[in-house]
Amino acid sequence: MTHPERQLFTVTVYSENCVGLLNQVSVIFTRRCLNIEDVSASASSIPDIHKLTLTTWADRPTMEKVVRQIEKRVDVIKAFLFTDEDIVYQEVALYKVPTARLLESGSVEDIVRHHGARILEMTPEYTVIEKSGHPWETEALLNRLRSLDIRQFVRSGRVAVTKSPVEYVDMYLEEQRLRLQKLQEK
Amino acid sequence: MKDMNQRISGAEALVRSLLEEHADTVFGYPGGAILPVYDKLYDFTDRLRHILVRHEQGAVHAAQGYARVSGRTGVVIVTSGPGAANVITGLSDAMADSTPLVVVTGQVGRQYLGSDAFQETDVVGITQPITKWAHQVRRAEDIPAAVARAFYIASTGRPGPVVLDIAKDAQIGMLDWHYEPVNFIRSYNPRPNIDREALRRAAEMINKAERPLLLAGQGITISDAGESLGRLVEKAMIPVGCTLLGLSSLPSSHPMLKGMLGMHGNLGLNINTNRADVIIAVGMRFDDRVTGNTATYAPNAKIIHIDIDPSEFDKTVRSTIAINADAREALDELLPMIEKADRAAWAESFDRHNAVERDVVFTNELKRPKGSKLTMGEVISRVSEATGHRAVAVTDVGQNQMMSARYFRFTDPRSFITSGGLGTMGFGLPASIGAKIAAPERTVCLFCGDGGFQMTIQELGTIMEYGVGVKMVILNNNFLGNVRQWQNLFFNRRFSQTPMLNPDFIKIASAYGIDGEDVVNREDLAGAIDRMLADDRPYLLNVQIDETDMVFPMTPAGQPVDHVLLSPDNYYTPDNY
Ligand SMILES: Cc1ncc(C[n+]2csc(CCOP(=O)(O)OP(=O)(O)O)c2C)c(N)n1
Repeated sequence: MTHPERQLFTVTVYSENCVGLLNQVSVIFTRRCLNIEDVSASASSIPDIHKLTLTTWADRPTMEKVVRQIEKRVDVIKAFLFTDEDIVYQEVALYKVPTARLLESGSVEDIVRHHGARILEMTPEYTVIEKSGHPWETEALLNRLRSLDIRQFVRSGRVAVTKSPVEYVDMYLEEQRLRLQKLQEK
Repeated sequence: MKDMNQRISGAEALVRSLLEEHADTVFGYPGGAILPVYDKLYDFTDRLRHILVRHEQGAVHAAQGYARVSGRTGVVIVTSGPGAANVITGLSDAMADSTPLVVVTGQVGRQYLGSDAFQETDVVGITQPITKWAHQVRRAEDIPAAVARAFYIASTGRPGPVVLDIAKDAQIGMLDWHYEPVNFIRSYNPRPNIDREALRRAAEMINKAERPLLLAGQGITISDAGESLGRLVEKAMIPVGCTLLGLSSLPSSHPMLKGMLGMHGNLGLNINTNRADVIIAVGMRFDDRVTGNTATYAPNAKIIHIDIDPSEFDKTVRSTIAINADAREALDELLPMIEKADRAAWAESFDRHNAVERDVVFTNELKRPKGSKLTMGEVISRVSEATGHRAVAVTDVGQNQMMSARYFRFTDPRSFITSGGLGTMGFGLPASIGAKIAAPERTVCLFCGDGGFQMTIQELGTIMEYGVGVKMVILNNNFLGNVRQWQNLFFNRRFSQTPMLNPDFIKIASAYGIDGEDVVNREDLAGAIDRMLADDRPYLLNVQIDETDMVFPMTPAGQPVDHVLLSPDNYYTPDNY
């Protein structure tokens, strides 16, 4: 049997806001020995509904099963599987460098202009630079700053919205609203 | 009990909520963190029967037996820490076998949560992956709604176990009593709209099929679809195979039922699976014990998969059409679209293979020479006959289980209770207790190995205390028989840690006030069975079984489903028969 190709997938999970949701979702990856590359949790555009975004390297058949198993959890409203073509995505990176080195290097202008970063905070000791972008862009700035004796670096998990004109969560919620209405009429 | 504004404790609210959900029996074991609830149970003994088991694992298996026989949700109450830890095996078992349970665990007080307090364990964290839903209740006023939600989740859609972990101060705290059953959860849709277009395509596919085969899983039993299934397969002459948990969904005598699927299933089904042109799988999940090697499984078949749980689609076997629906609803909607057909030749081809199985395997199992040791098959078919094939058969795990599946015959639905997905030794004895309590009017027979019997043997105490009239049959080969069989076939007969020195089971039973007898000789079997079934009291038969006896046919694990051993080195080749 040939092994299906591995690629980077983004999974988004819409759920009720309840304790232990991340645990319920992450064990489904653990069982299949899948590493979660990054994860972010936040509110969604719908009141009371939370959104998890996870990325992982895997093959498509596996991920389709994973997503259905996530969706099976009672507290999960909907889960979706995407590849990079389906979504608009970004992440935020913060870089902490010694201010003296930064100024000496004369590269502030280049960093801000060329890399599209911004200075968040500057003290006599350190400067914090922020950049949002795709992973290869935040990576490029990281490489640029390595020569400046970078002290800390951190990247947020991926945040993503779909390119699709259809909002499937809204559709599901509307179906459920009608179901509830029918139940109440009975 | 809709009177409002009564101030009651959380513990009382729990008990009243259970009554609102029509619970009549709870299986449990008390302890510190659940004491307020036990104190309240004392006031409700006339309405809510509490069965005190001898180990919390037994409570869950008993509740499973109760649920599987009755179709109702089984209820368990245990304490925190060790009590909760002892329910893990049962929860995992109930999850694998889609059994509706509400398991209440006591938890330490709110201010102690997360502090490694005495008898604190992370119940929700531990049980989340092995339950349909696990939820902690920290405030008294949240108890009624949590119970309502728990019953709704456990019993709807694909049923499963639910845990409610109730902190001690929620049990003690006061609330205004009010109960509202749940029939809707926004994030959960247990009754999906059936895709009629997919159903129409499925009907077309079935009508065109020359060699269709229907695989019936426990979904048939759960959705009470036996009659619907019967109508459909009679109309279109579609042969049926049951999974282990699908057994008894159709009567054993049904002409279209060709037996059981899987590793120790019937020959006709396992051979013809790979010849079928359309497979209709209903309420089953293509477990690896059913499919063998999936790469070679059913190569000629288009697969129609009907299941209430969409996460089962394409999980192990890819389907051509997947229909997310309740089994009965789907079968009833299919019926008018399915054309009457004559597929007698196809149906008979199963019987031809099965006839070989009867000649080779059944004969060897059931017709032993005079003076030889008894076999499991003989004992089981004798008991089945003696009960008019009307009893509930509960099994443990191992050879006793496979032999029961093969040799017990079923007339009524919900008559076969076994641990399928998890294969939990020790399941049988407590499950038979729960089954008998749920269906006191039925004869409940337990078939158990000598190994498995000792895994939950303490439940004899429960049988004694409540006089539960379970008919227990130990198929005693003084071996962990199933493991011995694998060692025999695949590990050069090196019987590592499978011979077992056993106690005198009849003496043990007698210490519990339970009658019983040893059976060694064939001549004594019929009389012993008659004595066992003579009245409604518990009874134990300890039957000495030939330890060399093996379960055949057998598709060795990971092999193509139609590579079937009829005896140790005899693979079935249809052309030779
Ligand atoms: C709790 C548990 N432990 C181990 C096993 C592995 N196992 C499966 S069958 C079996 C042997 C069962 O022996 P016995 O209970 O005597 O029944 P028999 O096969 O002889 O009928 C074992 C050890 C299991 N299924 N469950």
